[in-house]
Amino acid sequence: MEIKKTSLYQLHQDSKAKFVEFAGYQMPIQYPEGIVEEHKFTRSHSGIFDVSHMGQLFIYGENDLIEDLEKIFPLDLKNLKTNHSKYSFLMNDEAGIYDDLIITKIETGFMIILNAACKENDFKILSNLLNNKYKMVLDEKKSLVAIQGPKSAQILSAVVNDIDNLNFMSGDWFLFQENKIYITRSGYTGEDGFEVSIINEFAEEFTRELIRKGAKLIGLGARDTLRLEAGLCLYGHELDKNKTPVEANLKWAISKERVSKGNFIGSDIIIKQLNNGVDKIRVGIKPEGRIIAREKTKIFNQSDLHIGEITSGTFGPSVNGPVAMGYIENKFSKKNTKVFLEVRGKKHPANICGLPFYKKSYVKGASK
Amino acid sequence: MSEVKFSKEHEWIKLEGEVATIGITKHATEMLGDIVFAELPEKGSSVKKDGTAGVVESTKAASDVYTPVSGEVIDINQSIVDDPAKINEDPEGTAWFFKLKMQDMSEMDSLMNKEEYDNFAKESGS
Repeated sequence: MEIKKTSLYQLHQDSKAKFVEFAGYQMPIQYPEGIVEEHKFTRSHSGIFDVSHMGQLFIYGENDLIEDLEKIFPLDLKNLKTNHSKYSFLMNDEAGIYDDLIITKIETGFMIILNAACKENDFKILSNLLNNKYKMVLDEKKSLVAIQGPKSAQILSAVVNDIDNLNFMSGDWFLFQENKIYITRSGYTGEDGFEVSIINEFAEEFTRELIRKGAKLIGLGARDTLRLEAGLCLYGHELDKNKTPVEANLKWAISKERVSKGNFIGSDIIIKQLNNGVDKIRVGIKPEGRIIAREKTKIFNQSDLHIGEITSGTFGPSVNGPVAMGYIENKFSKKNTKVFLEVRGKKHPANICGLPFYKKSYVKGASK
Repeated sequence: MSEVKFSKEHEWIKLEGEVATIGITKHATEMLGDIVFAELPEKGSSVKKDGTAGVVESTKAASDVYTPVSGEVIDINQSIVDDPAKINEDPEGTAWFFKLKMQDMSEMDSLMNKEEYDNFAKESGS
């Protein structure tokens, strides 16, 4: 299969990106400044991320669609206002996660942002579940550009009017050189930021404008260290078909109202786990020294019992030390529990800790 | 005059008398990206030609460091363990990894000189 390129491919090349194949796309892993500098620049200024490989799924419909989607997602969609977004998941009957996603109510239906590696399969699953009753488009004609970091609002304001009024997890239509673009205040770095859905042919010019105003391109490498410091899950690592949202410690994303009534895919298991607890749960893990515990590192308790496994681990440039997330037997999941991580045959001390590792700064009190 | 040679695993080795100083090449650091962790062999331990003698990690992945020659570890560079970013800054100078007392000088013979290594590095790409 041919490797796909995003509409910003030329710009990445001009910016001397190192490329990596990711979910069938040629994506920039880093630029010449390197992951650590890119990470820090995002935290202190403003980073641009090409996330055009992610799926932009549009499902068109009215009240019927809302009812049908409530049978799929554990969300109170009836009360989701137009231009507001929610984080959610597509699950199987056992509440295992097929994908995690952001769903936004738009005037004509819903926009759902899906993971690149999952989007084709999600489309099939959703088409089947909805019995092909609604028009569904996995839009390849649009790019998705994220701009993240404390200076992003200021920089984006210099390119697009009136974005200051957006609150976290809400969106609206704006104009870029007479073209309608859809912007949500959201992202996956733990910083204030925006995601911009824009027609492919204008994406490069738009991104170059952001760069002219002081933002810098950031690769997937720093995207990973940023999201990990922010305690955010990455599909295929923290989340997969064998893990439920309750086990993933994401119960905040499940509507209490919906749980009280059930009647969505996976609701039996979710309700059971919310009532009775879970055997394993996602936690933050902070190694005591400098040792980095990568994915699949085994976790042991003080009596040398194997009690869990790391799902993501790296060096956090803003934390200035190693950080990790993993799944652990629930009874050992309390904050400050001492555990041991087996790296290259040796066991290294670490502590269970709260998430995020790095404090978020989302804008919730915008003027609107 | 001291002699500098290079291995296919991208280590450099500088020989002064029977003491070999070993580190990783600039090309290696460029392939690895930002180095955020380094582990060195224990002082007093013995290492064998082509065996692992340490680890470097970038934000992305861990890579073994091999020793291109055998010998007893007589010194290690603690400063790169404390501040691994130094390895990216001066890999072929102050950011050396460890010093060995060599046992078999003939092990130097199979290693590459600067020109051979530069060509090797160019061909092996990044």
